[in-house]
Amino acid sequence: MRRSTLASLLLVGIFAGCGDDVGAGETGRLVVSAASSMTEALTACSSDFSGADVRLSFAGSDELAAQIRQGVKPDVYAAANTKLPDELNKEGLLSKPVEFATNELVIAVPKDSRIKSVEDLGGDGVKLAIGSESVPIGSYTREVLARLPKAESAGILANVRSNEPDVKGIVGKLTQGAADAGLVYVTDVNAAGGELRALKLPAELEPDVTYAAGVVKGAKQPDEARAFVNGLTDGGCAEALARAGFGAP
Amino acid sequence: MRAFPLLLALALAAALTFLTLPVVAIFVNSSPGDLIDSLGEPGALDALWLSLRATAMALAIILIVGTPAAYLLATRSFRGKALVVTLVELPLVLPPAVAGIALLAAVGPSGILGGAVDAAGIELSLQTAGVVVALTFVASPFYVRQAMAAFASVDRTLLDASRTLGASEARGFVRVMIPAALPGLTAGTALALGRALGEFGATLMFAGSFRGITQTVPLAIYDRFSTNFDSALALSAVLVAISAAILLSVKLVQGSEALGSAPG
Repeated sequence: MRRSTLASLLLVGIFAGCGDDVGAGETGRLVVSAASSMTEALTACSSDFSGADVRLSFAGSDELAAQIRQGVKPDVYAAANTKLPDELNKEGLLSKPVEFATNELVIAVPKDSRIKSVEDLGGDGVKLAIGSESVPIGSYTREVLARLPKAESAGILANVRSNEPDVKGIVGKLTQGAADAGLVYVTDVNAAGGELRALKLPAELEPDVTYAAGVVKGAKQPDEARAFVNGLTDGGCAEALARAGFGAP
Repeated sequence: MRAFPLLLALALAAALTFLTLPVVAIFVNSSPGDLIDSLGEPGALDALWLSLRATAMALAIILIVGTPAAYLLATRSFRGKALVVTLVELPLVLPPAVAGIALLAAVGPSGILGGAVDAAGIELSLQTAGVVVALTFVASPFYVRQAMAAFASVDRTLLDASRTLGASEARGFVRVMIPAALPGLTAGTALALGRALGEFGATLMFAGSFRGITQTVPLAIYDRFSTNFDSALALSAVLVAISAAILLSVKLVQGSEALGSAPG
């Protein structure tokens, strides 16, 4: 089950690069481009959305933003940060973003791992998989590491074996035993079905992870898109996000 | 019927436009200056060098193992041969993500042979060796298929003559069959080379993405897609140029007939 989900997500990720699928919005069909960390939550709630038939497209937030900049027009863009929606808003490509959820960055390890804390990440022979610098999960991770003493963060970075283009890649490397630890959102650990354990980061290291969404300019279903964005803070999707472990903004 | 030739010409025009437009667009968007600049960027040359090295290693394995295997399949009949050929060709039609998952399930750290691989002191996932494995897996059927066809089309009397003259089969294979099948083998090598250079999904899933170790050119392009589209375009242009050069040099070496009649 989990493997097939991973495979289909990676397929989506790969074909998302081809892009135009997302732009093919038809009447009564609402196309939502969302950060892949929301896959489980939004898949669960979107079928209950009454306004339109919701079609979800999940990928890295940055990649979805790049698609929008290349002229792809989904109706809704929901990102794993506020920076990208703000940028798109300034460029006139997105309505004023609405903050709708928060997430927590944690250290994810296989459930029988001996790794207990941030300090262990720099240990000899520890293999780390983290997000690539260009995706939000990767920039949050580097934000955390930058708050550590220089020697410690250098030691951790030296253990990085893969810079993954999205969270699913990190989780996959961990559940397959290819990597020993990674930094992901707590919701991803919850979604991994008990195979992974989340180690909380010390409060002083924790980055502020806020998700924001907006209606894409030129959306084919602007009213339904607005309703969907509002539903992220109040309604079925808000509840599904809470169940998946997201916090309220 | 004058309409039919017109229909054929229209079909060719449509196919040509559809197939060349995206490639042309890459070059429209990146000037030669951009191309050179993008190669000076951190990671770009690493990716290119890694792609070339991993592809060369994969090709070496494919040629050394694939050539005799293809020869056997082309020259012997045995029970279940059709099944064997189908199995060998299967990766040809597998989506890259399936190849990635399959490799993880087979030789990944938690895969069915993961323990054995680990016990042998070999580390594949997140290592260059893993990239080579992924490339070999997806590219070898392209070569083996082509090599089988090449060996099968060699006039058997050539080999028989060498046998009558007292040469062993091994000697006949090396001195007669390989030279006679060479155009087809070269075409197969080029196809496998192109497939290996372009491999993306299986590499990402099985080997990960790390500069200089596992981040091949396609992975570097994907990494730049969101942050630096121009640089992604430029790296793509380099890949197109290399692939075109391979295809062209093969055509020049053997004349256009051999590739033109190649199946697949």
